[in-house]
Amino acid sequence: MRRVSPIGIPGLSLLVGFLLLPLAHSIAQAEETRGPQVSSTTLSNGLEVVVIPDRRAPVVTHMVWYKVGAADEKRGKSGIAHFLEHLMFKGTKNTPAGEFSRKVAEIGGQENAFTTADNTAYYQKVTPQALRMVMTYEADRMENLVLSEADIVTERDVILEERRQRVDSSPSAILSEAAGAALYDNHPYGIPVIGWEQEMASLTLADAIGFYDQWYTPNNAVLVVAGDVDAAEVFAMASETYGKVRRRAEPGLRVRPSEPDHLTPAMVTYSDRRVSEPAMRRTYLVPAYKSGKAGDGEALEILSSILGGMQTSRISTALTVDDPIASSAGSWYNSNRDYGEFGVYIAPRPGQDLTEAGKRLDAIIDGVIANGVTQEEVDLARSSIIKSAFFDRDSQTAMARLYGSVLTTGGIVEDVTQGPDRFREVTIEDVNRVARQWLDKKRSVTALLLPEIEPETDNGSVVK
Amino acid sequence: MMRLANCLFPTRFGLAILSAVMLALALVVMAPPAAAVEIREVTSPGGITAWLVEDYSAPVITVAVAFQGGSSQDPKGREGMAELTSALFDEGAGPYDSKMFQARIAKLGIELGYRDSRDQFTGVLRTLKEDSADAFEMMRLTLTELHFDENAVDRMKNAIIAGIERKRNSPGAKAGEALRQTLFGDHPYGDPGDGTVESVSAITREELAAHFSRLFARDNLKIAIVGAMTAEEAGQMLDNVFSRLPARAQLAPVVDARVKFGDTLSVEEDIPQSQIVMAYPGVKRDDPEFFAAYIANHILGGGTFSSRLYDEIREKRGLAYSVDSNLSTYDHAAFISVSSATRNDRAGETVDLMRSEIARFAKDGPSEAELEAAKKYIIGSYAINNLDTSAKIASTLLAMQTEQLGIDYIDRREKLIGAVTIDEVRAIATKLFSVKPTLVVVGPKSS
Repeated sequence: MRRVSPIGIPGLSLLVGFLLLPLAHSIAQAEETRGPQVSSTTLSNGLEVVVIPDRRAPVVTHMVWYKVGAADEKRGKSGIAHFLEHLMFKGTKNTPAGEFSRKVAEIGGQENAFTTADNTAYYQKVTPQALRMVMTYEADRMENLVLSEADIVTERDVILEERRQRVDSSPSAILSEAAGAALYDNHPYGIPVIGWEQEMASLTLADAIGFYDQWYTPNNAVLVVAGDVDAAEVFAMASETYGKVRRRAEPGLRVRPSEPDHLTPAMVTYSDRRVSEPAMRRTYLVPAYKSGKAGDGEALEILSSILGGMQTSRISTALTVDDPIASSAGSWYNSNRDYGEFGVYIAPRPGQDLTEAGKRLDAIIDGVIANGVTQEEVDLARSSIIKSAFFDRDSQTAMARLYGSVLTTGGIVEDVTQGPDRFREVTIEDVNRVARQWLDKKRSVTALLLPEIEPETDNGSVVK
Repeated sequence: MMRLANCLFPTRFGLAILSAVMLALALVVMAPPAAAVEIREVTSPGGITAWLVEDYSAPVITVAVAFQGGSSQDPKGREGMAELTSALFDEGAGPYDSKMFQARIAKLGIELGYRDSRDQFTGVLRTLKEDSADAFEMMRLTLTELHFDENAVDRMKNAIIAGIERKRNSPGAKAGEALRQTLFGDHPYGDPGDGTVESVSAITREELAAHFSRLFARDNLKIAIVGAMTAEEAGQMLDNVFSRLPARAQLAPVVDARVKFGDTLSVEEDIPQSQIVMAYPGVKRDDPEFFAAYIANHILGGGTFSSRLYDEIREKRGLAYSVDSNLSTYDHAAFISVSSATRNDRAGETVDLMRSEIARFAKDGPSEAELEAAKKYIIGSYAINNLDTSAKIASTLLAMQTEQLGIDYIDRREKLIGAVTIDEVRAIATKLFSVKPTLVVVGPKSS
């Protein structure tokens, strides 16, 4: 039955980057010859402006990305990046609360915002005629946000409800959070983007304004406009609106604590009576596209595709088709700014043993590490990654997200446009090397999702 | 940062000087074309009809199909048949067994998938132009030479059962399930769409094959094509892919549901946040009052940051992250569901507030200003939401056909909405929201 469950409800969404925007997958999106003619410039106040023309329909996607995310929060203030994202809808010294949203709705526009570990973005999808209007309002809230105590109190309740909905209501989300915390010994990626509940509950108006004043400034932002527009016109409009925003701060380079060597494989388990079938996932700490050796990200992406990213992949074929022990199994790679994560997962068929399923999964990974992959596998994975880029290009919003995401995580435009070439350069040796180098259990967290063990009487004693 | 050589305004000074001129130009240049998409009806030499939007901006073709039927055709005791059928589409067809089929899909780099809803099956194929001949052949095989291999059937049954087990533990799914049962009772819409462990287990491959041959035919099929394809090419493709389907489907008659409202159900569960769903009568898509109801629903709790419920529940009081209302329409029923999720100790307060806001809306309806804003939103959002990607254009074309809205609907739509009067919206708001709703709360006993 459609739309009865409240999932997918419009609201200020929290985008835990790797779930919704697999950077790794999408970096191949632009095709060098037939891709959009992307242009960019930088305003004198430091705002970077990128325009991606797509003139098929009278629609334009307007996004402002700030180079700040949850991983830039002060210790003890987890959730402030996302809290501020919500509070940005509360009005400015020039604009009463709700006016911007009303104006967007009045022309049938869409709007939202999201926060990841590395960036925070605000966007509207409108008609080209409304572009100046949204630019004016968005530029206004870049420097003129006004918050009251009452805003803080109600909106803090909203983010706490959001946490209850996204995390507390889902055993697998609870486990993911714990696994994330265990994967990072030192880097703040271990802290959930939405924040820890007790810290969220004590966030204040001063925290929000402090964060805003530290990070929200044109020289720490990227404006991405995609759709039925001309680059020169967008540059002109940007200059007249955003160009007037003063340079409010000098956030400087984002330097975050780094990870020490990982010597101890970690295991987290979570039992919950809401779980009916057990499952296992393991996450390896691996390089990001930009932080590792050039080409490692692409090689890891191809490895993930070969191992378990497609229905014909090794894990899927062996564990769900040939001698099926699992109802689903696979792998993924995702890249944040500073580190990447390579994951494998398996959900045994009802009645099948999780330990046994995990062993068979391990045997496949060990096989790839020991014997490598085949050239045929590399070619298939590569071509499917490059071809899927064409389909992704169908969506101007997806393109705007791709560029915004790359440009706020240490990348440049060429990182997108050269994506397909970089995939073509990956050799079988690269794939085998990253498998040997990075799929090391010492760098991993294995997370087990288990049904609750009912207290039962066994020879008179209670086993829990 | 990349700067294109042909960029006109590399410095801000250039921008500042020229900006006034550019702006004046911009307003003219950026006016949208009168019609965003040009839809043509194409009939193949063999007599198969489709709607086509030609678009050569990317070397990509999207073909979307809908077969009337869906899970409301599942035989009693075999609920989940449609779900299982959808899952088997890439599990072997024609000369390819399951593995070969998927290897071929991967090699071609095409996207081909089917899904079922209550009233129909839909399928979407996306391919690069250069692979299109092979891609269309794959689609033909799925529609006319599907295998229903014993092994694949068993595997997919397992996967569906695993999904059913997972859903059992989702508070949202639980609320939806409880609501569906109480609203629809014995009607096929009351059945769980993906079946039960028992019903899915009972399905045999012979039953699947027979069911399939009854449901996939030319007379219950609608087709939309968007992309780099001429009408002539489209005609050829239509004959190649669809001509071997049987002429007529054999659909079991589905009666209109007599939806029952007014029940109160609490599903006791020890969870940290209570799920609340209230259901009111709706209005079907082919009802003359559809747009009045659609507008009323939008003002009450539709998808913007300024609906009444959003404002009262979330914005003013911080009671919930999500609160909204939806008008759900089916071939044989319609209802409005109002949903939220809130901490257990405030669930009672939230339900009371939802009730009182809805009662106020039922009594007074919207203001003139609210109606005006809603109309503007609903008119303007159509192109922004439905026509910005070729995949969405294809699904819009399909919906226009299955809902029998006519090929000129996009042009007429604005007028239809503009013509709705405040009296009509007030009347429908009173009619729908004065009914005692069904209330479902999933949460601990205390809430």
